[in-house]
Amino acid sequence: MTVTSVQDAGSRPHGLARYRDALSGYAFLAPFLAFYAVFLLYPFGLGLWMSLHDWEIVGDYREFIGLLNYQELWDDPYFWEALKRTLQFAAITAPAATVLGLVLALALNGPLRLHGALRAVFFASNIFSVTVVTLVWSMVLNPDRGLIANGMRAVGLEPIAFLADQDWAMPALVVTTLWWVAGFPMALFLAGLQQIPPEVYEAARLDNASRWAVLRRITLPALARTTLLVVVLQTVMHLQVFGQPLLMTRGGPANSTRPLVQLIYETSFRDWRSGYASTVSVVLFVMMFCVALLQFRLSRQEGD
Amino acid sequence: MNRTFGDRLILVLVIGAAFVWMMPMLWVLSLSLRPNEELVRSTAGILPWPKTLEHFATLLRVSLTPRWLLNSVIVAFGMTALTLLLSSLAGYAFARIDFPGRRAVFLLVMAGLMIPEQAILVPLHAMLADWEMHNTYFSLIAPRLAGPMGVFLMTQFFKAVPRELEEAAELDNASRLKIFWSVMLPLSRPALTTLGIFTFLFAWNDFLWPVVTATQPEMYTLSVGLGSLQGNFAMSEGLGFLMASAVFASAPMVILYVVFQRYIVQGITLTSGK
Repeated sequence: MTVTSVQDAGSRPHGLARYRDALSGYAFLAPFLAFYAVFLLYPFGLGLWMSLHDWEIVGDYREFIGLLNYQELWDDPYFWEALKRTLQFAAITAPAATVLGLVLALALNGPLRLHGALRAVFFASNIFSVTVVTLVWSMVLNPDRGLIANGMRAVGLEPIAFLADQDWAMPALVVTTLWWVAGFPMALFLAGLQQIPPEVYEAARLDNASRWAVLRRITLPALARTTLLVVVLQTVMHLQVFGQPLLMTRGGPANSTRPLVQLIYETSFRDWRSGYASTVSVVLFVMMFCVALLQFRLSRQEGD
Repeated sequence: MNRTFGDRLILVLVIGAAFVWMMPMLWVLSLSLRPNEELVRSTAGILPWPKTLEHFATLLRVSLTPRWLLNSVIVAFGMTALTLLLSSLAGYAFARIDFPGRRAVFLLVMAGLMIPEQAILVPLHAMLADWEMHNTYFSLIAPRLAGPMGVFLMTQFFKAVPRELEEAAELDNASRLKIFWSVMLPLSRPALTTLGIFTFLFAWNDFLWPVVTATQPEMYTLSVGLGSLQGNFAMSEGLGFLMASAVFASAPMVILYVVFQRYIVQGITLTSGK
């Protein structure tokens, strides 16, 4: 008698508790899940759907055309040019930002207050919006009244119209971007450096190892994981480049700096061809997805 | 600590580099403080300054900048407050409540980290156009609440909080909501601060989505407004005004950075996992 009643008393609240947990779990999640479903999952699906349509941004004109957008994309020289420029930009900027971040981190990983102040300086440009950065650098690079032009004139050189020159426009965007973002990899590398146990360096010092040997044998290998992370983050970030070319070169001169995101933006919001723009978006998504997968595979391998 | 010649040399080089690094900003600041008549003649040098505050006065009196500032403030604070609320609620559920389907839902949410904003830009625009919601604070804020990063951070944080701290409250038969509100939230102030600062920075500097959804100048944020000024570089207000706008738009971020620098640098290692 007593045993059964205890069991009853035990099982009923247990079932009730489970029910309450389920209810409260989803109640806590509901607000976020609502936004997640409506503003992320649904648009993602809609984007795939739109890429199969001739879909105008304004009005109701939308016609299912299957894979015709993808076929058009394949034959579209503007797309291939934009893809090429995007890859070019990311392939230069991501490694350059990584190296610059690493060099700064190595130079500034010191105990002095001065080190701290210098770290703050290099990181600071990270906090500006893309519009501030492009406005500042458009002015710095301006051939008539720019900072660099002033300097070149002072030493008797002819100023260069960096942003209007096909050979200079891309490097100018890269330099602008490096100034903007390099503090971020620096901070990640500094965090990585902090995790190297000091005893390792003590041992190397007792061996009288040279600065270069310590760097090559101890520091750089210890930073391998951080380096992988930085390269992937930077690559994904720069594949998405948009504001710098839009505001500094408008993709010119002669389309030499127009990246994919700008192509998406212009195709949809200037030419009103939202279906086709969605197709370009899908391609961009696949590219970034592959980079992320690659990182996943590499970090797995390293974990083994 | 005895410093070798090599260390000193590196330090000197980096100090030089830091000056070069700061030069663009210092120069723009100096241009914003010079009268237009002088800027027409020459933009050389950083000193002497300051000479005039007329550009900042113009900015506040006759331009739309104050309105853009207001928009940025509303969007940044709104987005930050709502992100903190939604993320901590969801993070608590994932970390602490044992409900059926938890793992599956968590994976579904984390999959969202793989979807970049550019992939959904066009459909999102179509959706809000259908709702006739463009050029509203709602459209500037709501789509940005769907990102799973905050949920991920809060889940990780709550998982690390020792169970004992809640158990006392559970014995008192406190409700889940009460435990969340009066035990867990006060404990998570460091995590909320970091997430809050990053959300605020992101919201303030956000460009791609605002430039798409805000097409009426009254609804521009500072970032979009500043971008629109760059379209007419040779504008009537002149170079000084343009430079003053850049300084004005970046000032709040500089202040935020100076005050919260420690959190920002810490947060970077946090947001990028390990």
